[in-house]
Amino acid sequence: MTKPQIKDKLIRIFLLCNGYTAVIFVILIFLFLFKEAIPFIFSKGLGDLFNSNWSPTSFQKESFGLFPLIIGSLLVTVIATVIAIPFGVVGAVYISEIASNKEREFLKPFIEILAGIPSVVLGFFGLVVVAPVVKNLFGLNSGATALTGSILLAFMAVPTIISISEDALKAVPHSYKEASLALGASKIKTIWKVIVPAALSGIIASIMLGMGRVIGETMAVLMVTGNAAVMSLNPFTSVRTMTATIAAEMGEVTFGSDHYAALFWVGIVLLIATLILNMVSFKVLQKYGLYEK
Amino acid sequence: MTHNYFKILMVVLLSSMMIFTGCFKKDKTDANKKTAITVKGSDTMVQLMSTLAENYMNQNAGSQVSVTGGGSGTGIAALLNGTTDIASSSRDIEQKEKDQFAQKNLNSNPVSIANDGVAIVVHKDNPVNELTMEQLAKIYTGEYTSWKDVGGPDQPIDVYSRENSSGTYKFFQEHVMAKKDYVKTAKLMPSTQTIIQSVTDGKWAIGYSGLGYTKGANVKILGIKKDDKSPAIMPSDKTVLDKTYSVARPLFLIFNGTPQDEMKKFLDFCLSDAGQKIVEETGYVKIK
Repeated sequence: MTKPQIKDKLIRIFLLCNGYTAVIFVILIFLFLFKEAIPFIFSKGLGDLFNSNWSPTSFQKESFGLFPLIIGSLLVTVIATVIAIPFGVVGAVYISEIASNKEREFLKPFIEILAGIPSVVLGFFGLVVVAPVVKNLFGLNSGATALTGSILLAFMAVPTIISISEDALKAVPHSYKEASLALGASKIKTIWKVIVPAALSGIIASIMLGMGRVIGETMAVLMVTGNAAVMSLNPFTSVRTMTATIAAEMGEVTFGSDHYAALFWVGIVLLIATLILNMVSFKVLQKYGLYEK
Repeated sequence: MTHNYFKILMVVLLSSMMIFTGCFKKDKTDANKKTAITVKGSDTMVQLMSTLAENYMNQNAGSQVSVTGGGSGTGIAALLNGTTDIASSSRDIEQKEKDQFAQKNLNSNPVSIANDGVAIVVHKDNPVNELTMEQLAKIYTGEYTSWKDVGGPDQPIDVYSRENSSGTYKFFQEHVMAKKDYVKTAKLMPSTQTIIQSVTDGKWAIGYSGLGYTKGANVKILGIKKDDKSPAIMPSDKTVLDKTYSVARPLFLIFNGTPQDEMKKFLDFCLSDAGQKIVEETGYVKIK
């Protein structure tokens, strides 16, 4: 090989390494999680994770049931998604189809800023502003509810939904719109009956990515949901999410204890959940062709 | 081309040299004399420790004391793993933790630097003024669920507690609740401030908080009776010190072995008259 060829090869390997770092990290994280979590199988048995009581520091009987945490995360995620969908999708439709260029230039930076607000700031805002509003609006005793957390998480999901949905809407061929308008359909009718259905898979993918963001969010929910590990599907009760549990308890836990290993199981469940969400949305996007530019 | 190569090589070499010299320099000062110490642990004590550290640094130019919270358990774990010099703890070190120190050939050495009353707080419009220790325990274990059970109106009790990494959580569980479990619906808050905030807001809420945090807070502090017959005692410097107030505890700094040099100086400052005055000013109670 000549010198330039060697150089070429070296640079190629260097770039390849960089490209694959993410893959390596994901694999290493998985391995690490399992390494720390597996001792639990031998000391307590996997069956201990499948019950409805999470009280890891009890003096009476330690219990590591993941169900309340999983239900807490699901409940918060589902409600947040339901709240975020109308804002996100309608927002994207407005920005891509109705807003003038100038307006678009004005709106988009603000959406970016919303995406960039640190979650602890949002959590503080939630604690001081949103929680009292929720409490008074629904006549509750306390604003520390699943709903309060969901509202904050919806704030975080909306920018994701808007930006990806907007891409999907933009990718709808112009001819569809022109054909619809030429047939005498109004602008609104064209948007809702032609453009949005054509971009639907992209919009669905954006919602799923938004959900992935929501389910992994920690600080805001830790601050406002009250963190009581109860099994409840009522949005007006307090819930304890998987992320909040890890954040609150990992610092205190004794290395290598059952509690420590149980927290790693929580991490594994969480990682699998986000992985599935991401994979599904990736497939949807791929099918739609947004990732094959 | 080769020239370019050389340039890149030089940059890499130079920068790595800079990084390495940086490392060595730091190691050297650490070995000579440790003037920077870290205190990590109890959230209850963060305010107290930062004020003490500030005053200490004002008196001793060149000394550096950094204070972080995270919970007593976190601090003790950090001391065990060598990531902090001093752990602050709002509970005594547990046997389980002592064993872990022994396993690593370390010797945990807790020194009490202040006392703290745990105030029981409710919304300022709550008509209830006092509770017995038994009632308090029953509220937190979930036996009582309505304010009616303790002489108030028929409204559900909204129970707030700290997270289970908190020393106050464990202290309360051991000392008040006879080691029983917290009621499942108890809301576990990430900090004392969030408890105060929630109780300020929640008409039927009850929470607990270190005495230092209740100064200036817009909440009602309940008087606590040891049993049915004894009088209700409000938490105050006097009642905590003479031990008539029931929900009180010592606050600790935990060292690895006997504190030396800078750490000893800092401890001496905490125990000195000036240090104890700061203890009082931040809302805690002197050790003597």
